[in-house]
Amino acid sequence: MSKTMNLTLHVWRQKGGTDVGGFETYKAQDISEHMSFLEMLDVVNERLLADGKEPIAFDSDCREGICGMCGMVINGVPHGPNAATTTCQLHMRHFNDGDEVTIEPWRASAFPVLRDLVVDRGAFDRIIQAGGYISASSGSAPEANGLPVPKADADRAMDAAACIGCGACVAACPNASAMLFVAAKAAHLGALPQGQPERWERVKKMVAQMDAEGFGHCSNHYECMAACPKEISVDFIAQLNRDLVRATVVEREHEEKSGGAG
Amino acid sequence: MPMAKAITLHDTTIGKKVVMAVTGLVLYGFVIAHMLGNLQVFMGPEQLNGYAKKLHDLGPLLYAARAVILLALVLHVAMVVQLVSRTAAARPIGYRLKKNQVTTYAALTMKLGGVVLMLFIVYHLAHFTFPGLSMTAGYKHSPTDVYANVVSGFRVPWVTAIYVLAQLCLGLHLYHGAFSLFQTLGLSHPRYVEKARFVAQTLGIAVAAANIAMPVAVVAGIVK
Repeated sequence: MSKTMNLTLHVWRQKGGTDVGGFETYKAQDISEHMSFLEMLDVVNERLLADGKEPIAFDSDCREGICGMCGMVINGVPHGPNAATTTCQLHMRHFNDGDEVTIEPWRASAFPVLRDLVVDRGAFDRIIQAGGYISASSGSAPEANGLPVPKADADRAMDAAACIGCGACVAACPNASAMLFVAAKAAHLGALPQGQPERWERVKKMVAQMDAEGFGHCSNHYECMAACPKEISVDFIAQLNRDLVRATVVEREHEEKSGGAG
Repeated sequence: MPMAKAITLHDTTIGKKVVMAVTGLVLYGFVIAHMLGNLQVFMGPEQLNGYAKKLHDLGPLLYAARAVILLALVLHVAMVVQLVSRTAAARPIGYRLKKNQVTTYAALTMKLGGVVLMLFIVYHLAHFTFPGLSMTAGYKHSPTDVYANVVSGFRVPWVTAIYVLAQLCLGLHLYHGAFSLFQTLGLSHPRYVEKARFVAQTLGIAVAAANIAMPVAVVAGIVK
């Protein structure tokens, strides 16, 4: 027999980017402890719809903790109280009957609110477009051992690549900085041989785009690492700092010229 | 949002933090040297006044060192002003409820503590260097008898209270500054991060304690 609970929700409601927005209070009744946080919101929304009211808008896609869509700040913590857990994987058994739950969108000027709890994380896409890729003809898959990758490098690249781009790092940072995201994305390519040719240009371009998007600076609170559902380490931020210094001070300038041979 | 062009280090937020880390290191070095010099107050008037004379006799070298320290301070403050003014716009609407999970009091009070330290530096210079405002009635600041200046300067309890408060701020600032410095310069490593935190804490406490000991010793009548 599973427990059920009744909660009081304080939810940020905002019709669109230009709307001022504000908090509304809702009752979430007869919530099973086995529901995920998003399923709880689904229940609330169905009741709102039945009453002829606008449902609470929130992002979700895979609901298995790997797509990075379902970000919201729950009682002051991005993705809620459980460590290394996305909102969709947060279960209601971590709440108690009678709890008051405050739900807010990510707060950052670079993540404008589109509606209620939905923010536009296009800034992250533009950072990736600026340099978070490898320019190579893909062709067919190469011989497995043609390009040896040391185990430690492969592990490090995988640790960084675990980033799902959810934006919890920005939401948690007192400065709304995107350093952990940028560091992870630069490091997962920078750790591998395929990423080396563009390593230094990549770091410069991604950091420039990060700054242009209006994210804050890093002041080493490490709130990002605590909030990250994939437990990305701030060690990657040290790497980003190191790589940017090397890219701008030591490495030769890459000149972009169109055409020409070689 | 247009795509940004590739840039030079000092244009980036990371580059500005790198400048803050390097200048912070210079200023930390000054704080240590200043503390070691001042601690000679416990060795008597001859020792302290002799040390002060030796420093002054360095002449151009002393002024060169002062210029480096002043430049480091100006850059340190200029960078934080630039960073804070752009980061202030990064979260125009705050949270109704925000719980910090791992950050420290030292990290959260970095900016406020920095402002307190700037005000303290101005007061401290006015108190002991130029023009030498002694708060003890009837005492006239002496450019050579540093020991007497210290004793008369700290006999006033509220002056000592200001110093104690400022040194607590300094200890916190040094702790987070020293801990952050390695991360900002890209020198930190997970293997050493907790050791670095311990060293930064210990040094911050040691500097604050040593600097607090001097005015308190005067008030307590140990240094007279």
